Amino acid sequence: MKQLAGLLALIACHAAQADEVQVAVAANFTAPMQKIAAAFEQDTGHKAVLAFGATGKFYAQIVNGAPFEVLLAADDETPAKLEAEHRTVPGTRFTYATGKLALWSAKDGYVDGQGQVLKTGDYAHLAIANPKTAPYGAAAIGTLNKLGVHDRVQGKLVQGENIAQTHQFVSTGNAPLGFVALSQVYRDGRFTSGSGWIVPDNLHGPIRQDAVILAKGGANPAAKALAGYLKSSKAREIIRSYGYAL
Amino acid sequence: MMLDAADFAAVRLTLELATVVTLLLLAIGTPVAWWLARTRSRLRHAVGAVVALPLVLPPTVIGFYLLLLLGPNGPVGKLTEALGIGLLPFSFGGLVLASVCYSLPFVVQPLQNAFEAIGTRPLEVAATLRASPWDTFWSVAVPLARPGFLSGAVLGFAHTVGEFGVVLMIGGNIPDKTRVVSVQIYDHVEALEYAQAHWLAGGMLVFSFLVLLALYTFYPQAMKGRRR
Repeated sequence: MKQLAGLLALIACHAAQADEVQVAVAANFTAPMQKIAAAFEQDTGHKAVLAFGATGKFYAQIVNGAPFEVLLAADDETPAKLEAEHRTVPGTRFTYATGKLALWSAKDGYVDGQGQVLKTGDYAHLAIANPKTAPYGAAAIGTLNKLGVHDRVQGKLVQGENIAQTHQFVSTGNAPLGFVALSQVYRDGRFTSGSGWIVPDNLHGPIRQDAVILAKGGANPAAKALAGYLKSSKAREIIRSYGYAL
Repeated sequence: MMLDAADFAAVRLTLELATVVTLLLLAIGTPVAWWLARTRSRLRHAVGAVVALPLVLPPTVIGFYLLLLLGPNGPVGKLTEALGIGLLPFSFGGLVLASVCYSLPFVVQPLQNAFEAIGTRPLEVAATLRASPWDTFWSVAVPLARPGFLSGAVLGFAHTVGEFGVVLMIGGNIPDKTRVVSVQIYDHVEALEYAQAHWLAGGMLVFSFLVLLALYTFYPQAMKGRRR
């Protein structure tokens, strides 16, 4: 009897501690977040349920009552906007990663170490994310302007709806090269395939990616735990291994 | 009016695309539907299933496979490059090809139903009057299947206008070339330009309703499909 009571208490205690948190994750952060969520569940017992997509789409969904409790945005504007509209838990906004832009081709040896291929290459298409809606797309346009090649490549630009689709255009070879998130093509200090150039930070504004706990997650301990976990050294190590700055 | 030049360009491109695709679909769909309606070949079920695939597959699946097929490493991509056409993704031609695949069942199925509804008797009568098969087809089958042609054309056109997933996957969102209305609406929503999104989306809604209303009003028998 005593044992049974102990067991029940243990179950009750576990149920109180292990919660689920619904997380909206920017497409460029898909791979690292899957890894972090697995480690988070192992270390804390909480489960992070992940949805991946474009930040602008998440914004529209959140405003219209989507059940997300934490947002990992691809920019710092969307979380700030949500905070200004009182749709977040005040004071929970922070930068979880700073994105890096890469010029990448699925072909080996196609992209050189200085990105000269942009000026000299005889390519039909250059893929970028939609600059109007995706920060990586805006950074790509900024880079082209800084390099003074924007007008030359204007007619070659094809746009992915988000950075995941942009990567698809390049990885299938339909676009011989494109500006993608470094995290998509980089692991542990090198490109995982093809060839690429890590665009220096001074060629575009920093891609600060902010996270925030949304109003719906205010009462959920798992939401708070996840926000804390993203700042842990274990998570930061994973984030860095995908080529993000911190 | 809240629409700007880019919106109108997207509308014009969408109407162009739907017109080209509808004409092509009538040309391709008619022999396919005729064959499906008349043949006793064992292959008819397999061909019918292939034609109907876009009805059940998510557009992203079709778009993804087209991207692979039409790409530089895909068989179709290698063929178009060898023919000097170049690669089809990110071009109007690519959108046409994708839309033809995607809207095919919306034209073939009403046509097939209309051809089947004619039955064999009018064709046999024409044959006894020494009409050639070609003459029989044009003078007997086509006039009798008129509602099928009309509903097939309207559905093919309307469905191409409303297409999103496939054009998003292989289009590349290029102004005046591949940025159709549905993609433009998506961009507006993502950029939080809700007023422009409303104008375009509301326009689509009204357009679609009017198309279907006309179809149900004037050709109820065609919409019901198989008769007799």
